[in-house]
Amino acid sequence: MEVVLSCVVGIMIAASIYLMLGRNLVKFLFGLILLSNAANLAIFTSGRLTWGAPPLIPEGALVPISDIANALPQALILTAIVISFGLLAFALVLAYCAYQELGTVDTDEMRVAEPETEFAKRANRVWRALLVPRDRAP
Amino acid sequence: MIPWLVALPILVPFVTAILAFVAGRSLEVKRWISVAGAAALLAVGLLLIHQVYQHGILVGAMGDWPPPFGIALVVDFLSAIMVAITGITGLAVAVYALADVDRSEEHVGFHPLFHLLLGGVCGAFTTGDMFNLYVWFEVMLISSFALLVLGSRKAQIDGAVKYVALNLVSTVLFLVAVGLLYGMTGTLNMADLHLTIPQVENQGLVTAVALMFIVAFGIKSALFPLFFWLPAAYHTPSVSVSAIFSALLTKVGVYALIRVFTLIFTQDVGYTHNLLLIIAGITMLTGVLGAAAQNEFRRILSFHIVSQIGYMIMGLALYTPLGVMGAVFYVVHHIIVKANLFLVSGVANRLTGSFELKKIGGLYKSQPFVAVLFLVPAFSLAGLPPLSGFWAKLVLVQAGLEIDSYLIVATALLVGLLTIYSMTKIWNEAFWKPHPDEIEPGTGAVALSRRDYILLTAPIAGMAALTVIIGLWTEPFILLATSAAEQLLNPDAYVQAVLGVRP
Repeated sequence: MEVVLSCVVGIMIAASIYLMLGRNLVKFLFGLILLSNAANLAIFTSGRLTWGAPPLIPEGALVPISDIANALPQALILTAIVISFGLLAFALVLAYCAYQELGTVDTDEMRVAEPETEFAKRANRVWRALLVPRDRAP
Repeated sequence: MIPWLVALPILVPFVTAILAFVAGRSLEVKRWISVAGAAALLAVGLLLIHQVYQHGILVGAMGDWPPPFGIALVVDFLSAIMVAITGITGLAVAVYALADVDRSEEHVGFHPLFHLLLGGVCGAFTTGDMFNLYVWFEVMLISSFALLVLGSRKAQIDGAVKYVALNLVSTVLFLVAVGLLYGMTGTLNMADLHLTIPQVENQGLVTAVALMFIVAFGIKSALFPLFFWLPAAYHTPSVSVSAIFSALLTKVGVYALIRVFTLIFTQDVGYTHNLLLIIAGITMLTGVLGAAAQNEFRRILSFHIVSQIGYMIMGLALYTPLGVMGAVFYVVHHIIVKANLFLVSGVANRLTGSFELKKIGGLYKSQPFVAVLFLVPAFSLAGLPPLSGFWAKLVLVQAGLEIDSYLIVATALLVGLLTIYSMTKIWNEAFWKPHPDEIEPGTGAVALSRRDYILLTAPIAGMAALTVIIGLWTEPFILLATSAAEQLLNPDAYVQAVLGVRP
């Protein structure tokens, strides 16, 4: 089971990196959401998996009778979910604000804080002419 | 030991934040709560240093769960020094903010957010648990996000997008690394990790996780090549926010690197610390070269943060008593000097009307006092004797020569020289040359009221005086940094204090 979940984590991280490499801010955020879920799954898997043994102690006993699931990774995940929920909510609102204020979701066009210098403009033009295929050039 | 004492660095800012939040509509009350809270934090920091002198490492088991099962707050010399320096910059910026931050920004919660940030930073400095460190990072992050966009100007939103995006990636990486570390060792208590890491069968895996921590903390502390969020964002918010960010946020990353790579990951020093040394050298160079290309006051300073971070990591990476001592001393020196330079940039902006160096000038002739206040931290940053930066660089260079790392020493010295270049550029453009629009700084449209002038320059003068004191009366500071380095390089005392067993 660990192997399967590890592969799932790998696939999720690969997909999220693909999404985050794009220039679209919304895609980036989806990638981030996927990445933080992959992180939670990774913690869950690395905390070892047990089948059908909830971490409960029978009434009257002080210690568990048999082997039980490790509750700590789940507590960690719970904390991480709550935190990432808050952060992602902020990030989504920020992306929306950015779209309203700057009029774009393309991160390459967000140059208010760091205006492009003349030199950089020229260098970019050369760069695009060399690397971007002709039919896709803007 | 008194457990509540180690909780004070967290309690004081949080109580201040709550009080400032519920203080009603009166801005005056909020402001004084904010200043008093920052002063109290400074007092707590000094008290902690005193207590560590008296009793050694302080440990408080929160909720009375004994470590390693519960979360322990641990204060050694490094933590106490960091809390005290947080208090110093917190106080200076809180006073400065009285004249700097817009009324509207104060109304939407500048003061509570400011103290939440301080609380998150102090929590990160005092915790003895890896997952708890993650939580404090998030507390610090969310309040820094909010502070960064406070005022919501276009440039702020633009900078915040990059800042938020890269920092969120870093926290997820940190989280995964913590999860894998737990999977390998079954514990997250730092002292316990020190004991269990050598028993892990697959040591290669430990090094891999160590690298994940380098990347995660590297983004936080703006190491090469992960620093791009910093110069994109730090020049956009109000000067008070820039100053407190420049002083504390990257330094939390540096603190985490120092803690983790002296206490937990010391199993493969040849690989991890050499890697850190290479990164440190390149970070210094890129930062200073980036600054040379800039023409905006705060952007130059932002790039210099990156380059100075390299020095601190160099001290850690040399991993000798002198090197680590140099790193601790450098952090203290840098926090004071860099926050001060940002504060000066704000005064220059208020007196001349812009942050763009091309559009300002004439400060030396009409405001010689402000010019002196700029020169002290600027020369200290570049490392001119007898200021604090000189001793900080001297110790690191000596540490490098001691173990024959000539390349990094040469880089450090060259970067010091290039730093002078940037500082002279600011001096020439903002202070020496006449104002291009022939405005007399500090008069007419750019006049400052007497209250504002005092509130803006008093914290700068105080921190400049501190720089000079550290420079002229270095011995106690060096001794303190040496004790901190001794504790860091002999983790047995730390482990014994937390777990109560002799390793």
